[in-house]
Amino acid sequence: MNQALLQLHNLSCERDERLLFHRLNATIDAGDIVQIEGPNGSGKTTLLRVLTSISNDYQGDILWQGQPLSRVKLDYLSQLLHIGHLPGVKKALTPRENLTWYAGMNNTHPSRSNNNERIEQALSEVGLFGYEDTPCFQLSAGQARRVALARLFFTPARVWILDEPFTAIDHSGIENLQRVMTEHVAGGGCVILTTHQEMNLANVKRINLLDNRPSAEDLEARESMPNDYEGGMV
Amino acid sequence: MSLPTADIIRGEAQQAPGLSLGFSATLKRDFVVAFRHRGEMANPIVFFLMVITMVPMGISPDPKILSVLAPGMIWVVALLATLLSLDSLFRSDFDDGTLEQMLIAPQPLYFQVMAKVLVHWLVTGLPLTLIAPVLGVMMNLPAEGYGPLWLSLLLGTACLSLIGSIGAALTVALRKGGLLLSLIIMPLYVPVLIFGSSAVNTAIEGFPIAGQLAVLGTFLAVAIIMAPLAAAAALRIGVNG
Repeated sequence: MNQALLQLHNLSCERDERLLFHRLNATIDAGDIVQIEGPNGSGKTTLLRVLTSISNDYQGDILWQGQPLSRVKLDYLSQLLHIGHLPGVKKALTPRENLTWYAGMNNTHPSRSNNNERIEQALSEVGLFGYEDTPCFQLSAGQARRVALARLFFTPARVWILDEPFTAIDHSGIENLQRVMTEHVAGGGCVILTTHQEMNLANVKRINLLDNRPSAEDLEARESMPNDYEGGMV
Repeated sequence: MSLPTADIIRGEAQQAPGLSLGFSATLKRDFVVAFRHRGEMANPIVFFLMVITMVPMGISPDPKILSVLAPGMIWVVALLATLLSLDSLFRSDFDDGTLEQMLIAPQPLYFQVMAKVLVHWLVTGLPLTLIAPVLGVMMNLPAEGYGPLWLSLLLGTACLSLIGSIGAALTVALRKGGLLLSLIIMPLYVPVLIFGSSAVNTAIEGFPIAGQLAVLGTFLAVAIIMAPLAAAAALRIGVNG
């Protein structure tokens, strides 16, 4: 249990010939809530996409429980829950159908026999009780977002990677989310998120991407050996 | 409500994600989505019907001419109807972010693509195949042609859906990929068209068609193995970029 969940070693990422972050080092342990900070366009979403393995345009190493990510990818992915910019909710389907799909795709939980019950419970947790069978295109933006967030309430994943989870969510919803995050990390999980909202959570680790901007020497070094920084599989 | 994370960490079985579970979840989801968009689903069939109905009016109502045109015409229009429906194969998933979720689900992407292509075939290729004999009557197709037409379309449309998925995956990240999709896919469709319509023509001339059907079957077998692999790789690149 004392082993770090995720370790980032010298992580660098280049986008459109611009270094977004450079030699980023971080250790994420069980029980951590990590907030990625930085102004718009500083690479927060890019970093999250690298961490979720959607993007592999990076240099450096990501270790999952001490092992290189590429070797334990299936194990990592089955412990990962990611809610991105796009909520991943099909408009034509009802909240229940959306979550049933996610349950089928991701659910490795032993007690999946009572999926339907757990989905209903999760939906009522995010305040969508009574909307289970309303097509998502009839829901408001905040409610559609809540359908995606309902996944947090019945996932077995240990690593939550959330990109702007509080967008379009009201105050009580945000409090509810912060509560579930606290419970999750208390149970040995970890949360990595970006947000511009103030969070009243204790012990939030912060990674500021501006601290990992390339320095002048780095850029010079890059000029002299360009191949070192070509993006690609690592 | 207590979170399930705790049970996992306490050491309860962390089961390997079920392959059939993920496959059937996507299969079911896509069926429901297709059914909710019935109008879109009917599009290729309406196109197929309309073009074939226009042929006697535009070319000649003479049964002799029509029966010569019939096999090729039905095959070409079936091919175009499939092409018409391909662009939307991964598009909506890409737009709402569920494609991203498929990439990071603990499921092989191959089977996810396979499930999506299977649904695509069941809602476009299969109805086209089923309706083709009716259009054969309109086109005065000789009696010996019906069985081969049906069989060749059954094998052929499945090939078309599978091969088309590669093009759809390659162009998914492009806003306006329609033209490019046609350019990528058309050359790959040509062999299917040649063997498909030649099977019908050969049967009408009274020769055995086992050869053509065997070739179509080979195309299908290879496409089943290779196409979802290629499409999956293309999707990863598309979403990554």
